[in-house]
Amino acid sequence: MPKDSGIGAAIKRREDARFLLGSGRYSDDITLLNQTHAIFVRSEVANGEINSIDTSEAEAMPGVLAVFTGEDFVDVGGNPAGWLINSRNGDPMKEPKRPVLAHGKVRHVGDAYAAVIAETEQQARDAAEKINADIKELPAVIDMASALSGKNFVHDEIGTNQCYDWGWIEDNREATDKAIKNAHHVTTLELVNNRLVPNAMEPRCSIADYNPANDDYTLYTTSQNPHLTRLLISAFVLGIPENKLTVVSPDVGGGFGSKIYHYGEEALVLAAAKRIKRPVRWTATRSESFMSDAHGRDHVTKIELALDKDNNFLAFRTETMANVGAYLSNFSTVTPTILHGTLMAGNYAVPNVYVNVKTVFTNTAPVDAYRGAGRPEATYSLERVIDKAATELGVDPIKLRRQNFIKPDQFPYVTAAGLNYDVGDYDAIMDRLEHHADLKGFAQRRKKSEAAGKLRGLGINSYIEACGIAPSNLIGTLGARVGLYDAATIRVNATGNISVMVGAHSHGQGHETAFPQIVADMLGVDPDNVEIVHGDTSKIPFGMGTYGSRSLAVCGSAIVRGVEKIISKGKKIAAHMMETTDDKVDFEEGVFSVKGTNKTVSFGDVALKAYIPHDFPIEDIEPGLEETAFYDPQNFTYPAGAYACEVEVDPDTGQVTIESFAAADDFGNIINPMIVEGQVHGGLAQGIGQALLEGCTYNEDGQLISASYMDYTMPRAADLPSFIVDHTVQTPSTDNPLGVKGCGEAGAIGSPPTVVNAVVDALRSANHNVTHIDMPLTPERVWAAMNN
Amino acid sequence: MTEVTMTVNGKTVSGSVEGRTLLVEFIRNDLHLTGTHVGCDTSQCGACAIHVNGKLVKACTMFALEADGAEVSTIEGQANDDGSLNVIQQAFKEHHGLQCGFCTPGMVMAAADLLKTNSKPTELEIREHLEGNICRCTGYHNIVKAILAASGQDVSNIAAE
Repeated sequence: MPKDSGIGAAIKRREDARFLLGSGRYSDDITLLNQTHAIFVRSEVANGEINSIDTSEAEAMPGVLAVFTGEDFVDVGGNPAGWLINSRNGDPMKEPKRPVLAHGKVRHVGDAYAAVIAETEQQARDAAEKINADIKELPAVIDMASALSGKNFVHDEIGTNQCYDWGWIEDNREATDKAIKNAHHVTTLELVNNRLVPNAMEPRCSIADYNPANDDYTLYTTSQNPHLTRLLISAFVLGIPENKLTVVSPDVGGGFGSKIYHYGEEALVLAAAKRIKRPVRWTATRSESFMSDAHGRDHVTKIELALDKDNNFLAFRTETMANVGAYLSNFSTVTPTILHGTLMAGNYAVPNVYVNVKTVFTNTAPVDAYRGAGRPEATYSLERVIDKAATELGVDPIKLRRQNFIKPDQFPYVTAAGLNYDVGDYDAIMDRLEHHADLKGFAQRRKKSEAAGKLRGLGINSYIEACGIAPSNLIGTLGARVGLYDAATIRVNATGNISVMVGAHSHGQGHETAFPQIVADMLGVDPDNVEIVHGDTSKIPFGMGTYGSRSLAVCGSAIVRGVEKIISKGKKIAAHMMETTDDKVDFEEGVFSVKGTNKTVSFGDVALKAYIPHDFPIEDIEPGLEETAFYDPQNFTYPAGAYACEVEVDPDTGQVTIESFAAADDFGNIINPMIVEGQVHGGLAQGIGQALLEGCTYNEDGQLISASYMDYTMPRAADLPSFIVDHTVQTPSTDNPLGVKGCGEAGAIGSPPTVVNAVVDALRSANHNVTHIDMPLTPERVWAAMNN
Repeated sequence: MTEVTMTVNGKTVSGSVEGRTLLVEFIRNDLHLTGTHVGCDTSQCGACAIHVNGKLVKACTMFALEADGAEVSTIEGQANDDGSLNVIQQAFKEHHGLQCGFCTPGMVMAAADLLKTNSKPTELEIREHLEGNICRCTGYHNIVKAILAASGQDVSNIAAE
């Protein structure tokens, strides 16, 4: 395989041309014959009792075809939580029903309680305004601490606002308490991990098409995992048989977690399409996205770090309140627990870790996994408290981290938080970071900034994440209600080109380019002859979709396994063609050969023979050349990195600017470095956004006061620098055949504490006694911290 | 409903619209030119950026009726005559200036607008010119790089490593 197109080559993306020419096909671009339009009527109050909903006026409006309310769905199932988390006392988590449309009560601003279907979108919108709902507003449950102590419940039937009280690892609790009690030094930090809105640029869209002739359905929807969406609709919500429902996710304009989940709008358009026997479509406005997409983060945490007299870490102890919103979204219970608590040892050889998480219902939109999902929260807590400890102890923050790193010869290393890190070299990563960050020149740069009246700060961070979210046997023991393997079908067509049907879904990650590089490398064919098919449950065996930096590690490995099967069968066919046995056949660079001879047949000839088996020993070899593999790894992968950020702070205004940002990551082996760098850039931007700009805000009445881009500050081009990105440290994962680890979330995980560490450093350089500022570090907050 | 006629990507088109029909709705729903996207409802995101009478405009900020008689250019009209990617589009591909592709048409239209008046923009000028366009995927790094490259400037200084 020429190295300019196989594994490791930075080949340009084949999907780009259609996007650049305006010929991408996103859900909202699809027009179906005879289509109708749905508009949802959403709650304007955070908490309210629905006394009555009068739909008669709406039903009489021009073009209206149907009106739905929660009444229409009382007999169908709720949208379930995908992960059972038990409390420390063994009680299962509280799981109130999440209905298709609110019934009885509305529980957050934006909670949909009715829907209108009409000939045109405008007619549906006009009619939606004529729905007369008598909703009695009730006091809202917003603040988490008050929610836990109060008697005003989001779900009256469960009699508490606590979903669970989780401990990790419960057997470590006593030892951790003791280590902290007896430590030479304990650093304590209370912090908020700010609530965010994922904000994929494409708003959610769902279009349902019902075919009465066969009683089957097609749902076009903006999903990161169409199979899971089908499974949830079929098994839990509407009961449509899986083989009567096709879910298609065509081009999807970003997800970042928010499009993992099944949403009620999908069920509604399906039910409506069946009732009116016409296609029904709905596209969210951005305001609807803010109100009804699953949000991210929203933790309040107290973390303690205990050290001995030599600055060795002895223990991390964390208490967290995590906001889950008004209903359990599909992965909302695992995000603040398993994906957060298991990472609370970070990159460190620390003997004691204990994490307590209380997850809380509030009258806000559901909160679930957003880029990084639990791991940014873990990293932020750890890396902020370590920085604070370095300040308190007067030691260099890099030295303190290096001293406590797990060393390369300690792998595989089972952490005090229960994960088994297979491989890594954190000092080597830090070396690369120091190389790029030019630490020696910092004092000079700080002087220059000071001469210009600015404060300059340097922030450092090191992070680890658990990716390739998969191992079914492991996650099963941790409460997962699904398996998280992935699947691929490799179809070698008679003419020798190849279709690969994959369970992962590409919505910006470049699978259509990177996956063929794997196949091409293994089969010695041109990657342009390999086509990736994704996002259509009728074409793909199965799949658990794209999130948790899992596509390459899990689905990519399924591709490898499938191609291995193709080679194995190809050898049988080649052996038949060359009149030998398959154990005597080698395969290399697209050519089958008989060992020790000059006999060869090409891959293309074998493919053709597979479909024209005139002289096949049919009892030994089936015709055709198509194989399917399901791949389920034994462990997570563990990408790690170290980041450095320099900021300038304007002491007069509190304005922070990012002057430079360097990221050194270890992603193991890399298939396409260009795509990897792009993934890191995007993650960094979202993490810097969290640190400086973004904050989803509800007021005490539960009104969402950041419900548009006028109020919710998205990072724009001028807010960000160009980034230095390094991935030269590559310790290949030992757990998957590609040796890959995943890169999609790294930037968002590592950057928030880096930025905050830098700003605190800048302020302290001017003798401000500041130890912490909660994100986002708006000018107002920074100024207040300096002037309090 | 009112008749409206305009030139879109060199072709004369007409249709009948409500007073409240936005230009972007007319372009997407009536002309089926779906490359122009809708990413927000407050004229903030720039996914619907097009050119109207040579000016960069967010197609969600105009009613279709306001464009009566106008010369409109959308992403579908940007390719070279032979259908290949133009210089800006090619640079976006070359420098990985797009991921999910949703903001991309607006970014290309904004870039074209910039390069029309400033043939050699600085990195800062590019970043400032993109103030009306949000991208959630790329962190802008490679978009900026692509626009610099499209203007014929050296991009080795902002190489990723």
